[in-house]
Amino acid sequence: MNPALLVLSSSTLVHLSPVDMVIIVFYFALVLGIGFYLKGQANTGEDFFMAGREMTAWVAGLAFLSANLGSLELMGWAGNSYRYGILAAHWYWIGAIPSMLFLALVMMPFYYVCKTHSVPGYLKLRFGVGAQTISSISFALMTVLMSGINMYAMAVVMKVVLGWNMDFSIWVSAGTVALYVALGGLRSAIFNEVLQFFLIWAGALLIPILGLIEAGGWKGLQAKILQNLTELHMANPGSYTHLWSTLGNFNNNPMGINWAGIVFGLGAVIAMGYWTTDFLVVQRVLAAKDLRSAELAPIIGAAFKMCVPFIVILPGLLGLALLRDPHTGSLIRLVPADQAWSAAGQAQGLHGYDEVLPLMLARYCGPGLLGLGITALIAGFMSGMAGNVSAFTTVWTYDIYGALINKNASDESKVKMGRWVTIIGVVISIGTAYIAAGKPSIMDYVQSLFSFFIAPLFGTVLLGMLWKRATPAGGWTGLLAGTLSSVGMYAWVKLDPNAVRYVALSMDAQDQAQNMFRALWCCLICIIVTFVVSMLTKPRPDSELKDVVYGLTPIPKAENVGWLHSPYFWGVVVFVIFIVLQIIFW
Amino acid sequence: MKSGGSLSIWFFTGLCLGVTGALIFATGIYELMSPPATKVVLYDLHANVWWGGILLVSGLFFGIHFSPANERKRMAGKS
Repeated sequence: MNPALLVLSSSTLVHLSPVDMVIIVFYFALVLGIGFYLKGQANTGEDFFMAGREMTAWVAGLAFLSANLGSLELMGWAGNSYRYGILAAHWYWIGAIPSMLFLALVMMPFYYVCKTHSVPGYLKLRFGVGAQTISSISFALMTVLMSGINMYAMAVVMKVVLGWNMDFSIWVSAGTVALYVALGGLRSAIFNEVLQFFLIWAGALLIPILGLIEAGGWKGLQAKILQNLTELHMANPGSYTHLWSTLGNFNNNPMGINWAGIVFGLGAVIAMGYWTTDFLVVQRVLAAKDLRSAELAPIIGAAFKMCVPFIVILPGLLGLALLRDPHTGSLIRLVPADQAWSAAGQAQGLHGYDEVLPLMLARYCGPGLLGLGITALIAGFMSGMAGNVSAFTTVWTYDIYGALINKNASDESKVKMGRWVTIIGVVISIGTAYIAAGKPSIMDYVQSLFSFFIAPLFGTVLLGMLWKRATPAGGWTGLLAGTLSSVGMYAWVKLDPNAVRYVALSMDAQDQAQNMFRALWCCLICIIVTFVVSMLTKPRPDSELKDVVYGLTPIPKAENVGWLHSPYFWGVVVFVIFIVLQIIFW
Repeated sequence: MKSGGSLSIWFFTGLCLGVTGALIFATGIYELMSPPATKVVLYDLHANVWWGGILLVSGLFFGIHFSPANERKRMAGKS
């Protein structure tokens, strides 16, 4: 039987063999074993919430990247590259590398020197309790919501791909994460994230290697995509394999965006906001053993982040080039998820954009390799969820419980609280997953809004670090104004779709393009409000701003290391490679 | 990174890659001797043999280099 026919004719995408099941069960046993092994090493607050601040640069760097490399990230961006072409790679390159380097070389010294436990904790030191409260409550709320919604989406994918019962997927995966994080705290989460990093690469790397062999290399892939999209009468078929050359106009590319949206909306605001202020990822770097390790960790993460398009973007492009109906030979066109997962879509055998990665996995991977690939997806889900849960636990314990509810909480009671909140956070996430199951549109709303709490937060943190005249009143009013304006713009477009022409500057703007411009505007609103209110209110004296503002903080000199161990040297190397990649795929 | 005990994160990584690689490699060898009725695309490249082999060798390297015995030797050398 034709292998492609087998893949497409079955009711689920793939069927696991006994060896696949053994690999998956072994993985679950190993992560739980690590949790139990580390249980005795998480007795103090520093151990449980900050992993004892003893991570090497490599461990912190890999965990930093792994916490971001969730399964929805893998499948979602593979689907986006099928939908938007290589433009999706911008989220891995200009949408990550400059901001990760900025975090490493400019912001990390402040986070590290002030010894904060969290990003809201930094805001308390800089702007007081008001900004900390807004930031911590919005972060905690959105983290558990996102965790649950991701869990639901993962369960849907497991149902579609493997035919697994959704309750089984949700409870087994969530229970495993809850157990190993509650037992070993951040140390256990980081241990498992490093393991998951290797599994994700081991499971996903084979697809682009075999795909490029089948397509005839990069040139062959480009030619096949051009031929297929021309056959489908798609507009601008050549734009699917070019990063920058089609961004002169909104309507020259499949995303409906121009270069300004990518450079300023994505690169300067969303990416900077996410990679420098989202505590989910920053927490991993704060656990580094010294300042040099804390600076090197995001640079190591950036070096690997540059390679992620190989296992995420390339499979989406390969799907565009190679997926054909084995019966008719005609091209298979993937569709939006709601269309594919509807009863009518299932009856017609439609597949969603996000299924392109499992489709390619089923195309090339037989017994054993399939188990590894599915384990990689599960590992991605668990690393993303553990990241959310451990960050939620820390922010709740230090920035809500310790700052607002019990200011005199002892270290021991904080650890106890941390263990319980881990379980409670997972239970709330499970509840959110079931709410999402009953009302799938909530996923769209929450995922969009989440990213825009981050954009104004970046404006607040950046002004706080670099401008000593920024006042506490300026800080929290700017953060509030930025957050409310992002929600307001989102609601405006939902109520009146014509508003896209004002928010995203073009009626051609697709979802991602709208996200970029909305983030840009709300960050600017945050900065302007912070500036105006600060100029009208009394600044804090310099003596109170030591260790939290640039120019008033003595940055400890790095140990006397050679250039080969210097974060600046490796930062330049990564940046040069980043520029070369932009030119190659221009 | 150590946990405070004697097992390094890299040892666990080696264990995971080694066991997974061995299972995939063994499956690949079995398929060479007894080819399946339904084959994946590019089956003739026998990816499970060489990919499983690569994972197995990587796992052995990490597992042995960062084994508890070698870690103890390294610690003894430092002190």
